[in-house]
Amino acid sequence: MKCINVPQDNIITYANNKKVMYATDGAGHYSIITSSGWEIEEQATMQAVQELDRLANDAFVQVQNGEKSPLYFHMYNCRMDLQILSESTGLFKWRIRRHFEPSVFNKLSLSITARYEDALGITAHELCHLPEPHNSNDN
Amino acid sequence: MTINQTKKLFQHKHFAHCESGVMSLMMNHHGLPLSEAMVFGLSGALMFAYIPFVKFGGMPLITFRSRPKSIIKGLRKNLGVKMQMHTFSKPRKGMEMLDILLEQGKIVGAQSSVFWLPYFPPEMRFHFNAHNLIVFGKEDDEYLISDPVFETSQRCIAKDLEKARFVKGMMAPKGLLYYPVYVPQHIDYPSIIPKVIRKNAKAMLKTPVPIAGIRGIRSLAKTIGKLDKKNPEWAKLFVGHIVRMQEEIGTGGAGFRFIYASFLQEAGTILENKNLSNISNMMTAVGDEWREFALLAITAIRRKKTKQVCFNDIQKKLYGVADAEAAVYKELLSIKLP
Repeated sequence: MKCINVPQDNIITYANNKKVMYATDGAGHYSIITSSGWEIEEQATMQAVQELDRLANDAFVQVQNGEKSPLYFHMYNCRMDLQILSESTGLFKWRIRRHFEPSVFNKLSLSITARYEDALGITAHELCHLPEPHNSNDN
Repeated sequence: MTINQTKKLFQHKHFAHCESGVMSLMMNHHGLPLSEAMVFGLSGALMFAYIPFVKFGGMPLITFRSRPKSIIKGLRKNLGVKMQMHTFSKPRKGMEMLDILLEQGKIVGAQSSVFWLPYFPPEMRFHFNAHNLIVFGKEDDEYLISDPVFETSQRCIAKDLEKARFVKGMMAPKGLLYYPVYVPQHIDYPSIIPKVIRKNAKAMLKTPVPIAGIRGIRSLAKTIGKLDKKNPEWAKLFVGHIVRMQEEIGTGGAGFRFIYASFLQEAGTILENKNLSNISNMMTAVGDEWREFALLAITAIRRKKTKQVCFNDIQKKLYGVADAEAAVYKELLSIKLP
């Protein structure tokens, strides 16, 4: 890639940050160029972010309807999935899946909920409730 | 040196990639001028791997470089740099150790999560635990951080840094801290460069399993060809995921291919070898093809829902990239290096 072709698309996922790109100058020598982003990269990142938001929003509705425990929402809201939550709490996936049941979740011991609070970076009160008003960008 | 002198003397620099950036800055700080591209190339970090059975955030693992920490290990092995590494079972101990090392006037490399670092913009925060940064000072409760992928140095309060350093899970950092205890002041480039280049080229060409190197790229292309039988939404996410791994995670463009081309060029200048400079141009062309692949892939999946995504075109492009890249490594193995 030539320096003049390094995209400067001011993409929103960079939030006014810049990244370093390696590109060649007129004489073919490599130099370091800062870039405000490539539109193609923005679309790839936004696709992933929107998917995470969609999962969190779907979970929000399911928790609201009483089908799932608040833990289910907080997992997705923290951009995690079952695998990451399992790894970061040290709990088996099947146990966490059980804890998605509101009836099971309500009877959890303090030591178990503490592990969730720690992994998700939220307080005990937050863990047991849905945030209000819901904002999917809120972590 | 005291902590205050280090704070004044230390110069933050902006790099493309976290681990090579940290190591380049550390080597420079300890009197061995080494560009990021040289760090990347000399540690033999160029790779490709597509591992469908290792899932990462619900997506198969795709990487354009060798595994985390291999750049640090590569410099130890190839240049004879000696590094001291510490991991901790207790976060408190890990934070105390960081303070002690800073007090001694050291700049300290640390592994951390990306998600829990508050200075990352929300759109860039994903659960990736093998990020690298340098801590170079502390003011009250705030650490001064030189994060290679940011333009300026950052600040992070102790509580947040602790969380980011001690997150559990895949590639858990366990509070890893590292700093060099011996940095050679003279490098025997004519003997080291040919060795690392050949080794890297062989690793890309002659892999026993079809998940790494050129065979990995071909197996990914094969998977793309079969995507029309998968759930269309998942297929689109998968294609986007490839491009993210190639561009978003700080690769200097085209999944580190441009950085490697820059290394080949620098190596060619050091060894006064015209062939290496020519192959650097070939590698740049391969990087351009990777960028064309990304453009093609994202344009294809963003089309209206009514229109079918043509995965065959994307597949064909990727096969082309694999062929072009294989030619570069074959050339690297065929030329005479001193």
